[in-house]
Amino acid sequence: MSGTYRLGEHEFSSRLIVGSGKYSSFEENRRALDASGTEMTTVAVRRVDLSQKGAGSLLEHVPPERFVLLPNTAGCFTVKEAVTTAQLARELLDTKLIKLEVIGDERTLFPDCAATLEAARILVDDGFTVLPYIGDDPVACQRLEEIGCAAVMPLAAPIGSGLGIRNPTNIRIILESVSVPVIVDAGVGTASDAAVAMELGCTAVLMSTGIAAAKDPVKMATAMRLAVEAGRLAYEAGRMPRRLYAQASSPEEGLIDVG
Amino acid sequence: MALPYRRSAVEFQLNGESRQVGGPLTVVSLLERFDLGRRRVAVAINDEVVPRSRFAEVEIHEGDHVEVIHAVGGG
Repeated sequence: MSGTYRLGEHEFSSRLIVGSGKYSSFEENRRALDASGTEMTTVAVRRVDLSQKGAGSLLEHVPPERFVLLPNTAGCFTVKEAVTTAQLARELLDTKLIKLEVIGDERTLFPDCAATLEAARILVDDGFTVLPYIGDDPVACQRLEEIGCAAVMPLAAPIGSGLGIRNPTNIRIILESVSVPVIVDAGVGTASDAAVAMELGCTAVLMSTGIAAAKDPVKMATAMRLAVEAGRLAYEAGRMPRRLYAQASSPEEGLIDVG
Repeated sequence: MALPYRRSAVEFQLNGESRQVGGPLTVVSLLERFDLGRRRVAVAINDEVVPRSRFAEVEIHEGDHVEVIHAVGGG
């Protein structure tokens, strides 16, 4: 894989970030992470179930020594919930990284832009490396960069929808509007979606359901690894210009004369 | 002779459920009581995060809202 990129104190060579939810078992989750080649996986923080003593723990299968853990504030609908969740996650995992999500609508899980900006400001001031989930809105992404976020993470389509890159032109405008890494977060359904995101020039792709909800998550994790690598290489190689009409690949001279 | 005040039971909310435990109750003793002493958890009391380094000294008081969280799978 060509090149590396940085988020705060961390440097990555894999441009695929993978979630850790929705797998049939911790073991399958780990196999998918290994197959994806990812160096960073997202985790959620939730109340300990006090009635389930001795239950297995995610961190035994996804050890922080092997993967950079990126805690999220998924499920938070207010600034206060997101900020407190981020602070708990920092204490839990000894990390400054936070995937900031402040959800504005239960049905679409679209982000609350104003609340995300406010929470981002508080968390940046508190020393976090803030990676905000946001709509595919170039102005919102510029504001998040101004606040000091380490990256912007526009959605490609609603979380868990698998609809792919719904608005590639906005993603392109975002790429031209900010200088921090642009990480497509949410909506990737299959390998070609991930390749499209990378061909557009995104720094990385973050996905969860696209792998976990595949019939064979481990195989899909491999497919996503290859797609992200292929898309990145194609972006770096620079694609040919699009033409409306054909342009012959074989010489037009020296054709034989028949009849 | 009356028991000292600090030995009386503390009633508080733990992860949204009402609990009553004999005091004084530190975060460490709370975690041990619920078999969480060896688990990687983080704790907030009344929305304030308690640093792990202070688990042994911070006490839970009557009426506190205590949250004990851990890492789970998530995207």
